[in-house]
Amino acid sequence: MKLILARLAILAGILGFWEFASGRLIEPYLISKPSLIFTTFWNWVMDGRIFFHAGITAMEAVAGFLLGAAVGMTLGILLGRAEKLAELLNPFIMGFYSIPKIALAPLFIIWFGIGLEMKVLLTATIVFFLVFLNTYTGVRSVSPELVNILKLMGANERHVLRKVVVPSAIVWVFTGLRLSVPYAMIGAIVGEMIAANRGLGYLLSHSSAQFNTAGVFAALVAIITLSVLMNTGVGVLAKYAMPWEKAQKNREVSI
Amino acid sequence: MTRSPALAAVSAAPDPATRPEIIRYENVAKAFGALQAVTDINLTVHEGEFITLVGPSGCGKSTLLNMAAGIFAPTSGAVSYRGEKVSAFNRKVGYMTQSDHLLHWRTVAGNIAVPLEIAGLSKKQIRDRIEDLLELVGLKGFGDNYPNELSGGMRKRCALARLLAYDPETLLFDEPFAALDAQLRLKMQVEVRRIATQLRKSILFVTHDLDEAVALADRCAIFTSRPGTIREVLDIPLPPDRDLFHLRHNRDYVDLTARLWDEMAPAISAEEH
Ligand SMILES: Nc1ncnc2c1ncn2[C@@H]1O[C@H](COP(=O)(O)OP(=O)(O)OP(=O)(O)O)[C@@H](O)[C@H]1O
Ligand SMILES: [Mg+2]
Repeated sequence: MKLILARLAILAGILGFWEFASGRLIEPYLISKPSLIFTTFWNWVMDGRIFFHAGITAMEAVAGFLLGAAVGMTLGILLGRAEKLAELLNPFIMGFYSIPKIALAPLFIIWFGIGLEMKVLLTATIVFFLVFLNTYTGVRSVSPELVNILKLMGANERHVLRKVVVPSAIVWVFTGLRLSVPYAMIGAIVGEMIAANRGLGYLLSHSSAQFNTAGVFAALVAIITLSVLMNTGVGVLAKYAMPWEKAQKNREVSI
Repeated sequence: MTRSPALAAVSAAPDPATRPEIIRYENVAKAFGALQAVTDINLTVHEGEFITLVGPSGCGKSTLLNMAAGIFAPTSGAVSYRGEKVSAFNRKVGYMTQSDHLLHWRTVAGNIAVPLEIAGLSKKQIRDRIEDLLELVGLKGFGDNYPNELSGGMRKRCALARLLAYDPETLLFDEPFAALDAQLRLKMQVEVRRIATQLRKSILFVTHDLDEAVALADRCAIFTSRPGTIREVLDIPLPPDRDLFHLRHNRDYVDLTARLWDEMAPAISAEEH
């Protein structure tokens, strides 16, 4: 509670100073001001524009996120269990990984047009690598002793996968997912800024083109809100998927 | 683990040579890189036989169990199970390893359920079985706890329950009761003896407790220090249905334990440089 109050105080301080500085210390067309940003945002809320654009961005980000995560997890588990294949493919994977994925946007526009698909796939590509690499690492670090123990109990590869590999890799998977959230937003928004007439990225570049600084900031507020929501979603999912982590946290540290 | 008086009567015939052999080590040696862990191991475990292994730390007792389980192969010599060379993962054995190797993302009950799930039992069967086992190892009420919330001895008991949950033909124990208090240890020893005699399991049992080594065994194999080899196999002519609670007053037991202490004494004084 105290923590929340302290945080609110900091926020109020920043906004207050911002409001004060605008027009007195810094040109208002550079930084706008909180009251104006709020008015703009409120107008967008009232005419429903913000929901329309945010909805589109959210759809792209979430769809891309889910697609990239699903493919990344599947391939991560498969290659994690197939050591030879992973070694064979390693240079190709690292090669692709080293491309800044945003640089693929023009190519994706040629392939998939400027519609929703292009943003979803761009997002999915970015998310894929983060989730894939984390899942792969997680699967590689599964304790071989535990796998042996299960095999002695008569487990087949499917049992090993479901009872040992996936649960012990899932911590890594969620690290990948958490890292991916902001990148999923980057994929969707950059995609929209490059080629679109809707979405928060469009709202952002459109406001900017009209020197509507307050509009730019209002769009940013919407983007932040969306990111926080997605982060929270992943966090809730993590709690649900890894109940033992809670036991770990409640435990007092000992050696 | 059904109690079967008929079986108990059969196992009263303690003539190992006439029973089929289960595990046979033949001139077995195992080296880890430059380190020679064990050499010249010759040992045969017959059906229904309870063999304890004692010897100084690092002499290769766990290594021997690992080879019987098919976790790794001997460098030279042969390990066979019922006449066949042991290949990777001998599913006929249940192995309670020295460290408990519980799945930390599963509760105690979940851990015990693993072999039952693999065997394809129904949810209800698994639940009932787990109840019995928790009771047996004294973990009643801890079914929903995670392993990292348990003490070392409780974790061991959970691993023991997991091993007893399914019904392997042969049991390998690596210092299973080292972390238990005296009372619980006695209870567990009685249980393991009961399994051995009633269900005619063959058992290889590593322990550092010489009293335990005598109390449980039909035969006790004594190791030299590394490179480990079996110095002597001590026959323990105590009856199969021995009463562990009153063993302390049994003349044969007292003599045998004294004998084992004497056997171990040279090794112990050698260890103190
Ligand atoms: N997987 C392994 N890789 C390399 N060396 C090993 C491995 N397992 C055992 N060793 C070595 O082999 C020797 C015998 O080990 P082992 O675990 O069999 O001893 P032990 O008799 O069980 O000892 P303790 O009573 O302390 O458990 C040791 O020196 C150990 O360092
Ligand atoms: Mg050992």
